[in-house]
Amino acid sequence: MRLNPWVGLAAMATLAFLYLPMLAVAVLSFNKTRYGLQWTGFTWDWYVRLLNNPDILEAARNTFVLAALSTLVATLLGTLFALALGRYPWPRKSQGLLENLLYLPVVTPDIIFAVALVVAFGAFRTVSSLFEPGLFTMILGHITFQIAFVALTVRSRLKSLGHDLDEAARDLYASYGYYLRRVLLPLLMPGIVAGAMLAFTLSLDDFVISFFTAGPTSQTLPLLIYASVRRGVAPEIHALSTLIFLVTVLLVLASERLTRRG
Amino acid sequence: MNRRVVWFGELTTPARLYRRGLWLLLPAVVWILGLLVIPGLSLVALSFAERGPYGEVVWNFSLENYARLLGYGLFGWSPDTLFILLRSLWVAFVTTLVCIVLAYPLAFFIATRPPRTRYLWLALVIIPFWTNLVIRTYAWQMLLSPDFPLAKLAQTLGLLAPEAGLYPSPLAVYIGMITAFLPFVVLPLFSSLERMDHSLVEAAQDLYASRVRTFFQAIWPQTLPGLTVGIILTFIPAMGMFVIPDLLGGAKYLLVGNLIQQQFFASRDWPFGAAVSLGLMVMTLFGLALYRRRGKDVDLV
Repeated sequence: MRLNPWVGLAAMATLAFLYLPMLAVAVLSFNKTRYGLQWTGFTWDWYVRLLNNPDILEAARNTFVLAALSTLVATLLGTLFALALGRYPWPRKSQGLLENLLYLPVVTPDIIFAVALVVAFGAFRTVSSLFEPGLFTMILGHITFQIAFVALTVRSRLKSLGHDLDEAARDLYASYGYYLRRVLLPLLMPGIVAGAMLAFTLSLDDFVISFFTAGPTSQTLPLLIYASVRRGVAPEIHALSTLIFLVTVLLVLASERLTRRG
Repeated sequence: MNRRVVWFGELTTPARLYRRGLWLLLPAVVWILGLLVIPGLSLVALSFAERGPYGEVVWNFSLENYARLLGYGLFGWSPDTLFILLRSLWVAFVTTLVCIVLAYPLAFFIATRPPRTRYLWLALVIIPFWTNLVIRTYAWQMLLSPDFPLAKLAQTLGLLAPEAGLYPSPLAVYIGMITAFLPFVVLPLFSSLERMDHSLVEAAQDLYASRVRTFFQAIWPQTLPGLTVGIILTFIPAMGMFVIPDLLGGAKYLLVGNLIQQQFFASRDWPFGAAVSLGLMVMTLFGLALYRRRGKDVDLV
């Protein structure tokens, strides 16, 4: 089909509109001057300083610990949830209720999600000091929204599998454990991996829920950027943002390749 | 219950199936109930409580928080809170509208690329979608600051006072919101356009329909499912957004998200925060009810 040239032009302009700000930040991250926006020459300095800044390294470590631990738990719980939903003959009504429970964390606005967690942790704190705001509460919070995304991804894989291979395995006298290990899990693996990747990325990307549940010692990269932007921008933050942006680009391109091939 | 059934090749009884299913179900259900559903419902109780002198929650039944939500404060009626609610609706509405207008050409452009390059173009929309929102918002803050060409241009045109930046301002909030949510409209719209039946467009053109008429009678109706998803994905989170107005709007352009955040941080007024959250939730549920009716058969990209 032939495309009106104005449509193409509008599309290009819109894409430019999406990328312009990141481009400006990337350019400034190589700028020599600390103050102001005048271009005074090229430097790698800010990147070097970034890697020597203990606060930023600490935040990077927290971000990854948070994402890794929460993804681990959420992948396990989400996969079990998907199996329970997809492979058991629940009565229609309970199935409907469970479906709603599955979609609830996906459709709840971030801020209300965060407020609910604050209230929950506030109540739990009266029982145990474990629930003081910090990395632990952040991990619990992230798991809460990740479970649903993992379960949705795994379930759609489960739906596409059908009955045949399960029935074949059991007809050939596979025990339940053997069937789980050698038939069901390998078949589900692509879905589980995709779900875990989604959960991991969502955790890295999250700001609002981290912001509400974080404590004084559990700074993550998005929180750190937010805090320093409020204090006034430093070139290290340009460099940090540029790095994070580049990682995002690589991840998106890699996952595009994976999903189109698989 | 000794009835035997064959379920996915396994010879078993319903009772055993249910028992195993329950065990699989339990951890996730308990988790979501305990950390989201029950605390969410307890917001209702909390919204009828009072704030104590030190920011603690005092369990006295009162309707004060809802009165404040409607603008009745210590000093009589003032429209500030209501303004914030209405402004959030308005900003979400404008954002959605502009996103739709911008998304059509872009989605159309991508859908008409040859298959080899189509997914690369699509990746160009997905990348900002996955880039951290705080980073993207702060990038706009940079770009709209006084020393940058955009603000300089506005200064020379006399639209801005000299040395002033384009942020904080309502305009900056709209720009930030539109760029944040644009991918949410483009992606579902693209999936509708990709599956579009082109023979209808050709038929319209054969019958000498004008371009405008071709669009509204042959293309637009076919993209409605994707468009509905895009609208929901934009409108609902846009209402509760607080990062963008916080970084780009300044103190004069608060949205409901900022109001909630203030109650749980600076003012330590959880009961009022709960009441405002419930107000937002009601608006959200209303939007979802629309989604349930219209966008059932669409899957997200």
